[in-house]
Amino acid sequence: MSIELGHFAMVLAFALAAGQAIVGMLFWQRDSVTPILQQASLLTFILVAIAFAALLQAFALSDFSVALVYEYSHSQQPLLFKLTSVWGNHEGSMLLWVLILVIFGAALAVFGRNLPTDLANLTLTVQSAMIAAFSGFILFTSNPFLRLSPAPLEGRDLNPVLQDIGLAIHPPLLYLGYVGLSVCFAFAVAALVSGRIDAAWARWVRPWTLASWMFLTLGIAMGSYWAYYELGWGGWWYWDPVENASFMPWLAATALLHSALVMEKRNALKVWSIFLAIVAFSLSLLGTFLVRSGILTSVHSFASDPTRGIVILAILAVIIGGAFVLFALRANALKAGGVFAPISREGALVLNNLFLATGVVAVFVGTLYPLLLEAMDGQRISVGAPFFNLTFGALMVPLVLLVPFGPYLPWKRADLSGVVQRMVWAMAATLVVWLIVAFTLQSGATLTTLGLLLGTWIVVGAAADILDRIRLGRIPLGESMRRLTGLPRTAWSTAIAHFGLGVSILGIVIVSSFQTENITTLKAGESLEISGYTVTLSGSKTYQGPNYVGDAVGFAIVTPGGSNAEAVSEKRVYTAQRMPSTEAAITNFGFSQLYLAIGDQDESGAWVVRAWFKPYVTLVWIGALIMAAGGLLSLTDRRLRIGAPKPARTRQKAEAA
Amino acid sequence: MTRKQKRLALILGLLLVLGVATALILSALRNQIVFFFSPSELLTRGDVAGQSIRVGGLVETGTWVKEGENNTFTITDGDKDLKIAFTGILPDLFREGQGIIAEGKLGSDGTFVATNVLAKHDEKYIPKEIEDTLKQEGHWQGQ
Repeated sequence: MSIELGHFAMVLAFALAAGQAIVGMLFWQRDSVTPILQQASLLTFILVAIAFAALLQAFALSDFSVALVYEYSHSQQPLLFKLTSVWGNHEGSMLLWVLILVIFGAALAVFGRNLPTDLANLTLTVQSAMIAAFSGFILFTSNPFLRLSPAPLEGRDLNPVLQDIGLAIHPPLLYLGYVGLSVCFAFAVAALVSGRIDAAWARWVRPWTLASWMFLTLGIAMGSYWAYYELGWGGWWYWDPVENASFMPWLAATALLHSALVMEKRNALKVWSIFLAIVAFSLSLLGTFLVRSGILTSVHSFASDPTRGIVILAILAVIIGGAFVLFALRANALKAGGVFAPISREGALVLNNLFLATGVVAVFVGTLYPLLLEAMDGQRISVGAPFFNLTFGALMVPLVLLVPFGPYLPWKRADLSGVVQRMVWAMAATLVVWLIVAFTLQSGATLTTLGLLLGTWIVVGAAADILDRIRLGRIPLGESMRRLTGLPRTAWSTAIAHFGLGVSILGIVIVSSFQTENITTLKAGESLEISGYTVTLSGSKTYQGPNYVGDAVGFAIVTPGGSNAEAVSEKRVYTAQRMPSTEAAITNFGFSQLYLAIGDQDESGAWVVRAWFKPYVTLVWIGALIMAAGGLLSLTDRRLRIGAPKPARTRQKAEAA
Repeated sequence: MTRKQKRLALILGLLLVLGVATALILSALRNQIVFFFSPSELLTRGDVAGQSIRVGGLVETGTWVKEGENNTFTITDGDKDLKIAFTGILPDLFREGQGIIAEGKLGSDGTFVATNVLAKHDEKYIPKEIEDTLKQEGHWQGQ
């Protein structure tokens, strides 16, 4: 297969998607176009897959006559890194973006078979319009299929920071999340055009939101861990604009997950859910624009030229602007749904949405204000962690306090004192755990103890929710066990996802408050002390890697308990462009990590060593994994696989039973 | 509660949260932002001592002195120079003659004490603030 075949397939995909979008817009009311649109979506998927495979092959075979392969790859790279180099650059990463867009388009064609005609046609139409826009963007401004003549003998190699297993995992997961939200967006537009906005809509959107949210959660967590171990700065979140760009869609998707629940069960919050679906994907597009246009500087910016930024901005303006105009025109036509008391499941979910949405606004302002200020009066500022901790952090405190209440509250109206009575054991348990922790730390009401209280409260609250549902202690144990196995999966998935959130919060609070750091210079045989650990530099040696020369520095670690461990930190110089890179030595001790990064070696042979002890840092990412597991479990719920919802009355009866 | 009261309670709650959020954002924008200066801009301002700021410029050749983990070097924007002290591990691509950004505070002795130093990530990438400063001062040599 040649790169020209890939190029040709891409051109065909562009033309097909554009034609499909036009046909869809003209004839979306007709039953007869549904199979045409579905076939076209599947065919576009095959064409883009061929284009992507052609590029993969060119990288795998190190065909340096392809400009992109020459620029971002090297013949001595291991095969995995050759393949991941495909998206380690602007053009290839946009192609991956479009590949995932067509995958979702095809999935919509396959899984959307039981949708009503208008929704099925309109979602496929919106999806194909976006595919046309972005494949056009690739062909006209960022073509990855260009040849070089004469072909160079060796490639320029990929940025060493990207030569890591992280590049194989983080971008695809994150893009699956970003782009998955395009389906929710397509559903929102379809609902506005067709006027079909009801509980069934929420049920159809829910699996797509869940899947996107799950991938976003994993993608962000993976990106955070990658930055943590690769950059050698020992931090796992910098409030970097690009991180924020992925965090905002996540917050919006989280809000949408919760508001769609209210819409599905109670037929309320309809306008708001549609709005959130549009906002969530708009924020994904904004993220793509911020990262790909080069207006931000970060590890994610590839070399870029300004015309691309303008084209992405134009696509963005059409998609987002069009959706909001449509929203403004049609939202009034929607009838208000069921009413509910402020103290009820709906009320709690509204509060959840309120805090998440204001959280998005806070992050949005902090991310874009510097750009705006510079454009307006040339003043250059940066907005860092203090801003986000004060605004976003403060907004999350009440939300986190409320999380455990949600699952206890019944729909429509709740008796608060009754709910508090059922939760009294959870509250008591939280307080006891927290008092023990605060007492051992010898500290009073500080931010640290507040954070620990919140984290413990969520973890205990999630467990207590399950125990309350099986009525442990109030009915015979055997009966409780029977209820345990009979619990609906959504009950489990809620509890698991909330539990994961608590675990992450605990990890964040503990590592932020109690990490220690030590910077010093060490010769072979010398040691440093950190948090009771003794780290001795045992020696260093130079070795030849596949496409780099490395200095490996060995460390012998003695734990406070007296056991031994070894770790190796590396400094590499990648030969193609003489690019240096460091690999930190990270050793796990339970949930905690000892993080050793090395600097330069001086004339006397001593190395600069920066050591951190990171207590319970892995909980930050383990919590995210648990949250994603909760999402996955919810995705397997039978309710989501059944197309049309049952009438409300029989459903309530079934639940009551 | 009647339907009207319920709705009123919801709306008041919404307004309360939005008000608090706006107040938080505005106060944080006033107090928690970090300004970026070139050495010339920094030295002509008198009001930055003890305030967290970012400076950027080219590392002057021959000024980087390293004693173990302690580094000092001078950055320039072609007009004024600024001495920077930094303890820790400099980025892999920190070199003399290259553009960097330092985050930290200006000490009373005129030395900038950096808590973090950012350099280029690769051959093509240069922090945008540095590129702009160099263009502004007429020292830009790239395309």
